[in-house]
Amino acid sequence: MIITKQKPLEKIMEMAEPYEKIFVVGCGKCATVCQTGGEQEVAAMAEKLSDKISGFAVVEEPCDLRLTRRDLRSSKEAIAGSDAVLVMNCGAGVQTIADHTGKIVLPALETMFIGSTERIGRFFERCRACQDCILDETGGVCPVARCPKSLLNGPCGGQVEGKCEVGEYKDDCAWILIWKKLTEQDRLDLFMKFRPPRDNSKKVLTTELIF
Amino acid sequence: MGKKRPAYSNLMKEIEAGRFVLTGELEPEKTTGLEEVLASARAMKPYVVAANVTDNPLAMAFMNSLVPSYIVQRDVGLETVYQMVIRDRNRLALTSDVLAAAHLGIKNILAISGDHTVLGDNKGGLPVYDLDSAQFVYLLHKMIDEGTDLEGNEIHGEVPINVAIAANPNANPLEPEILKVGRKVKLGTDFIQTQTMFDIDLTKEFLKETEKFNCPTLVGVFPLKSFGIADFFDKYIPGVSVPKDLLDSLRKCKEEPDKEKRKPLYDEVNMEFFAPFIKEIRKTTKAAGVHVMAVLYERILEPLLAETM
Repeated sequence: MIITKQKPLEKIMEMAEPYEKIFVVGCGKCATVCQTGGEQEVAAMAEKLSDKISGFAVVEEPCDLRLTRRDLRSSKEAIAGSDAVLVMNCGAGVQTIADHTGKIVLPALETMFIGSTERIGRFFERCRACQDCILDETGGVCPVARCPKSLLNGPCGGQVEGKCEVGEYKDDCAWILIWKKLTEQDRLDLFMKFRPPRDNSKKVLTTELIF
Repeated sequence: MGKKRPAYSNLMKEIEAGRFVLTGELEPEKTTGLEEVLASARAMKPYVVAANVTDNPLAMAFMNSLVPSYIVQRDVGLETVYQMVIRDRNRLALTSDVLAAAHLGIKNILAISGDHTVLGDNKGGLPVYDLDSAQFVYLLHKMIDEGTDLEGNEIHGEVPINVAIAANPNANPLEPEILKVGRKVKLGTDFIQTQTMFDIDLTKEFLKETEKFNCPTLVGVFPLKSFGIADFFDKYIPGVSVPKDLLDSLRKCKEEPDKEKRKPLYDEVNMEFFAPFIKEIRKTTKAAGVHVMAVLYERILEPLLAETM
């Protein structure tokens, strides 16, 4: 899931300030779970924008152009009459809405990461979309996402009692987690394995997946 | 790595000759002048085989360490260990700097990760970490032993450099640290310099556990010039704590109001702690030497050496 959090309200109001009519779009998937762009949050935002509001809608999955087209069909006129669209989605949703509406878009959320949800309000980054997944070798713990240095051959010298130097020793050192998992699984040979430098050109050159 | 790498540096030659070696530490700071570093280098030269030159320690933006690494060798005649962190350079920059180091006659490189940028004085900087320290050791192996860069592109000229890595015997748990050291030794490490040690038992345990790698190890010690430094060290250096008794003794020295009179008091406390510590390492372990990080505290080296060698 894409984890989002709302920008500070004053920042949103500052973005909205130059426009007279604003349409608000929410997200029925990730941002609904994060409580940042679901029905309730969209309605609350519409209330805050008061006289600027031209309408609002929650798209089932705003990052999907097909669903965006379908779910915004009934709001076509309201959007056409608006100066801007305030989008309560992740960055992918904001850009899909920009493409679909052709309007000025105002991102109301910050896209945090690809994460897993323990419960509402407890989200954890788990994937960096690195295109070279090694979770089979690391006991199901991703060092790219969970080590602040993304080390492929950790740990570094900054772990103290299994906690990371980044963030004042509150977070687990990913490589100590990996070592524990691989020890449990009797696969320490994988811990010892040298992982050579990555070919970063793959990631740099891939911004589309077309087949 | 295949066959054993030759000893290119004096430091490595001394280690291979079986002499218990001392290395020192120089820290270029946020300055354009090198007077202080050169003065320290001159002061420590009679006592050490080589001196490390730190590379943006604690993620602080200081002077590029290659320049003082070279100038100390040229002007003072003291061999240096050029420290290189992978935090601030991608593989291109690492390769470039190693080529430049080879041209300038640098004979030792310490390959380290470096503290994360968020711990430093430019917290907003993007940390690079294109390679990790193991991969950097691999790059050094390719450059030194195979004459190519990481991709196999040929290098013109030799890269006669010995490679050091850092290790932390204070690490808890210790096993992953040992495994990690083993991984890097296999890739082409000539010697190990450890994090600062205050605990003799942990030091011995580490040396025993790493004996199987057959890689010379210099144990890190950090004589504490003042209570302020000890306190900072205790609070802010990842993975290192100063023993309470030592910290208390240093705190007492601070009670002396006259700064000049305080100096011998501090020296006495340091001698009482570090002389037996180094003696014990020298006499009872297979350590190849000690890495004395007496930054701006070179005056302690003479009595420390007289007492321990």
